[in-house]
Amino acid sequence: MAMEVTQVLLSAQSVDSTVRKHAEETLKQFQEQNLPVFLLSLSAELASEEKPVDSRRLAGLILKNALDAKEQHRKYELVQRWLSLDVAVKSQIRAYLLQTLSSTVSDARSTASQVIAKVAGIELPQKQWPELIGSLLSNVHQVPPHVKQATLETLGYICEEVSPDVIEQDQVNKILTLVVQGMNANEANIDVRLAATRALYNALGFAQANFSNDMERDYIMRVVCEATLSPEVKIRQASYECLVSIGSTYYEKLAPYIQDIFNITSKAVREDEEQVALQAIEFWSSICDEEIDILEEYGGDFTADSDVPCYYFIKQALPALVPLLLETLLKQEEDQDQDEGAWNLAMAGGTCLGLVVRTVGDDIVPLVMPFIEENLSKEDWRRREAATYAFGSILEGPSPDKLTPIVNVALNFMLTALTKDPSSHVKDTTAWTLGRIFEFLHGSAVENPIITPSNCQQIVTVLLESMKDAPNVAEKACGALYFLTQGYEDLGSTSPLTPYFQDIVQCLLNVTHREDAAESRLRSSAYETLNEVVRCSTEETARLVLELVQVIMQELHKTLEAQKLSSDEREKQNELQGLLCGCLQVIIQKLGVSEATKFAFMQYADQIMSLLLGVFACRSATVHEEAMLSIGALAYATGPNFAKYMPDFYKYLEMGLQNFEEYQVCSVTVGIVGDICRALEDKILPYCDGIMTQLLKDLSSNQLHRSVKPPIFSCFGDIALAIGENFEKYLMYAMPMLQSAAELSAHTSGADDEMIEYTNLLRNGILEAYSGIFQGFKNSPKTQLLIPYAPHALQFLDSIYMEKDMDDIVMKTAIEVLGDLADTLGSNAGSLIQQSMSCKDFLNECLSSEDHLIKESAEWARLAISRAISV
Amino acid sequence: MAPHDLRRPFKRAAISDQQRRRELTLQRQSQHRRDAQHQARCLANSILSLQNDAVADIEPEFEIEPQPEEEHARDFDVRQAARLRGPEARLWFAKQLMLPEWMIDVPDRLSVDWYVCARPAGKRCFVVSSNGTTVSRLRNGSQLHRFPSALPNGAKTNNSSRSGQSYCILDCIFHEPDQTYYVIDMVCWAGMSLYECTAEFRFFWLNSKLAETGACNDPSPYHRYSFKTVVVYNCDQEGLRAAYTGPVPYLKDGLLFSNKHAHYQSGNTPLVLVWKDENCSQYVLDTDSKGQVPDQQQVVLELLDDGRLATSDDPTVIFGCLDRDFIQKTGLVGSNLLRFAINEGGLCFADGKLERADLHYLGKTNRARTFADSYSKIMFQYTARYSPLRIEHLFASINSTNVQENSTDADMAG
Repeated sequence: MAMEVTQVLLSAQSVDSTVRKHAEETLKQFQEQNLPVFLLSLSAELASEEKPVDSRRLAGLILKNALDAKEQHRKYELVQRWLSLDVAVKSQIRAYLLQTLSSTVSDARSTASQVIAKVAGIELPQKQWPELIGSLLSNVHQVPPHVKQATLETLGYICEEVSPDVIEQDQVNKILTLVVQGMNANEANIDVRLAATRALYNALGFAQANFSNDMERDYIMRVVCEATLSPEVKIRQASYECLVSIGSTYYEKLAPYIQDIFNITSKAVREDEEQVALQAIEFWSSICDEEIDILEEYGGDFTADSDVPCYYFIKQALPALVPLLLETLLKQEEDQDQDEGAWNLAMAGGTCLGLVVRTVGDDIVPLVMPFIEENLSKEDWRRREAATYAFGSILEGPSPDKLTPIVNVALNFMLTALTKDPSSHVKDTTAWTLGRIFEFLHGSAVENPIITPSNCQQIVTVLLESMKDAPNVAEKACGALYFLTQGYEDLGSTSPLTPYFQDIVQCLLNVTHREDAAESRLRSSAYETLNEVVRCSTEETARLVLELVQVIMQELHKTLEAQKLSSDEREKQNELQGLLCGCLQVIIQKLGVSEATKFAFMQYADQIMSLLLGVFACRSATVHEEAMLSIGALAYATGPNFAKYMPDFYKYLEMGLQNFEEYQVCSVTVGIVGDICRALEDKILPYCDGIMTQLLKDLSSNQLHRSVKPPIFSCFGDIALAIGENFEKYLMYAMPMLQSAAELSAHTSGADDEMIEYTNLLRNGILEAYSGIFQGFKNSPKTQLLIPYAPHALQFLDSIYMEKDMDDIVMKTAIEVLGDLADTLGSNAGSLIQQSMSCKDFLNECLSSEDHLIKESAEWARLAISRAISV
Repeated sequence: MAPHDLRRPFKRAAISDQQRRRELTLQRQSQHRRDAQHQARCLANSILSLQNDAVADIEPEFEIEPQPEEEHARDFDVRQAARLRGPEARLWFAKQLMLPEWMIDVPDRLSVDWYVCARPAGKRCFVVSSNGTTVSRLRNGSQLHRFPSALPNGAKTNNSSRSGQSYCILDCIFHEPDQTYYVIDMVCWAGMSLYECTAEFRFFWLNSKLAETGACNDPSPYHRYSFKTVVVYNCDQEGLRAAYTGPVPYLKDGLLFSNKHAHYQSGNTPLVLVWKDENCSQYVLDTDSKGQVPDQQQVVLELLDDGRLATSDDPTVIFGCLDRDFIQKTGLVGSNLLRFAINEGGLCFADGKLERADLHYLGKTNRARTFADSYSKIMFQYTARYSPLRIEHLFASINSTNVQENSTDADMAG
């Protein structure tokens, strides 16, 4: 093809949109007509020193995008496409890429590094391009610094791209040796040292063996710590990033170095530039994360089989760490509360302080109290704010015994500060602190209540008053009211907030109408608080909640009236509808719980449904997730009467199920199908062909996020339970799906925690499907249709029992399936169950379970089995 | 490689309200799914069908024309039964008790396959707890008590964690002197049907579950009558002796034998047997309405349309026939229950079958009666008057079983 690639690539970056579009079109055609030649020309372009840097860079970028994509299914297609290319083409492209690493143009080298890593990401797991690492490592000591830099950068990207098991240990050793040498203070070239430091960050995951070797670990740690003292700020920052990563990846190896690390990090926090100081603080935050995890997992009760012991680094560092962090609190920026993206020393230090408190609990209180007492009333707003923030920080972690006396003294001060302090910044932090007081020290579980009949009114008054303050302060006041309300959650029939209910609701509605409610998430926060107020309301205020329905309906109606919206306005409409639907959902659920309020509420059901249909109609391609959730609540409240809405609603249900891209929407819709099944029972039958088709399509799609698959299986069960033997016609489609998913999820060997968790979700979905189908067919003359599927179901139970890694939820659903099978199939199942390898052991294990839900299910299963066997 | 973003949430709650709403929805959905599945599991698998003759058997005051709905009646399950009220409930429950035959000869393998217990004297009834109340119904379906109890869903208490689906049905004898329900069998428990379970399993379940609910506790405001289990023995030498002579907190009325492998089945069954003598019962011979043992044995038989006189068994046993003139003269109609005395002629047998009975018509039974006598009852009463089956026979039977088993061993050794 005699095409001038260079010119097209340059045109594709033209400011003239016509030229640009034409060039893009040409590139697209080229790619479609002859992919191998297209990719070859791009790599040649990238490699050619005669070509302009702009065309080389774009050539590399297009190459990179031809190898990888964000969406899983697209990525899979691209990988397959690359693997199927002619070997000669691929080796030519690889050669061009490696050649580019020697370019004198840094942009070209850097782009080539990234493309090489993408190719490596595809090929190394397939055992292709085995010579890649070797060729990068050879001659690296003889090459000019810019090539060495590019080589290190490439190695870094490769480590980011492939998983550690893909590279042999001896190659890992060579990579690490090269990288650590490059980081060494002896390395004169700054670019090389920076590239090496950044490469180490990605290579740390490969260094498991090396960190277990004392000498090698000492060496790596020494080099990293030395690099934190480099005169070059980028190197200091990058080496602290390494340290942060080492802190969480190799926590258990840290003991010999922690004193040195404390010394260099505290110096950095006090003296270094902000981006370095932030990383130094992050090191301690991540150590807190580790220790919190360990302590939560083992509850401080360490035995020989604990994976990782807690070294209590934070506790040991406390006397020096706390003053360091308190100092940072005084380095606030003026407008940080108004800036969503703000992140500075005071914020990082404050966050770290909160984590430290959670890690050590009571011990920190005496270390922080003097700072609070000294500064809380100082003239300088920074001091007052820092003291208030410190106070807010210590509220989560220490025991209520320790905190309650302090809070009782401070509460009044805080309430006064919230109304009177001249600094908006102080008020913001004060409202936040009040919220934390209510979150952690108020509620039915708390022994000595800090809120009493004598101060309750004052607290409510102050919070409502400060909802008129600046948006950021008002937002925090809403948050505080949220937790105040939540603390009265399970009081039963009467709540101390009842006298203020009407004022609270009115005030929150006023907030939603503020001109500036879009700032600082104020409107969202007000609606969220309103939701909590409704959730925690009692019978005494049911009438007022019912009145609120009309207000929210009115608001929702207003959003539907707007015509011809700009995309910006559409976005806002969408957001507001989300908030209003969320609120409706909470109200419907609240009123649906008791028969009396449900009856009163039902008069609005038709109107609400038509509003929700209106919200759906605002969009063409997708459905509103919040409106969908409201539908679920409405279906549950209306029960079989929901059938009358189905003709109008069905198309949106289908649309939701088709939404692969926004998997949350799809997932929510699947859940709603379940709600509707339970509401309509067999009246859902006319819609089942469509729904099942859609669900089966979803399951076979590799575009759909995997998290939606378990709920789809559960949904099969919901449908089968609702329509009973009418599920017959779907058996031939649904059962093979269940069986193949069952096979996939039977074994988890070698999977990580996340995978095991997902596998258990999947198993639960499959088991719920089996339960629904077996129970759905019970007492039907068609039960014999299920007999052919029973051996597979039993085999599945056998295999997950053998695997020994099911969680309690799966255990319960699994034993229930065993019972359902026996219950529905009777004597037909009896002999199968008797033949099963592990059913008896499994049943016995469940019968002696300490979880009473499992035990109860097991007793039921035993009953069903004994009937099946005795028939 | 750009530096990594390390911003953490600042002054923010860990979970947004939207996320919370989503999670609450998921929780609600899975709770409802569990409820729906639980409800399905509680629907009894075996449907207790009302027998085809259900309508024919009913006393005139409840007479209902056979309706097309009769097919539906078949689909009637225990759960719905527990919710029945009024006459419907009475009709249904009148059919559901498992009625023992009287022991007229000793079953084989008594010591291996059977249980025995001392039967409490009192009113045999079904006790049904559901929907926050408990109702006991006599054998004819009529209500004995309505009361709160600690049985599953047996009272409207605030702390009841049981779902609305929960209910139970117990087979009991109400013992007047201590106002206690003695539970002799468990038919449904906490929503689960035990109809298709063996007696072995039902008794095990009864003994392990009843006490858990607090139903065995002394009466209290939410629990008007106490429930007690009856000690059931394996019917070997010791077991039989214990049941026969052992002390019990109630008045004994004979011994009840249950076959370990039998399912709960409504109506007469030869797999549950009752036996009595003067040592273990005050009521060996039937009494008349004045409480006196009549000189002549009295029997209640059902008049069939063709004039034959039948027992309550299925299939029925025919004791004789009324002639048309007599029927017309007395105004009797089919399905009337009639009382007869057995005259000096007694009962004549040929090849073990009843050949002829010398019956004397006394009149119609009172209205509360819904069943004719069973063949085994008539026979037991008859033999009790002339050559009773005595406790020694029962012990002897157990011994002979043992001897047989021992002799098998001996054969093998030889």
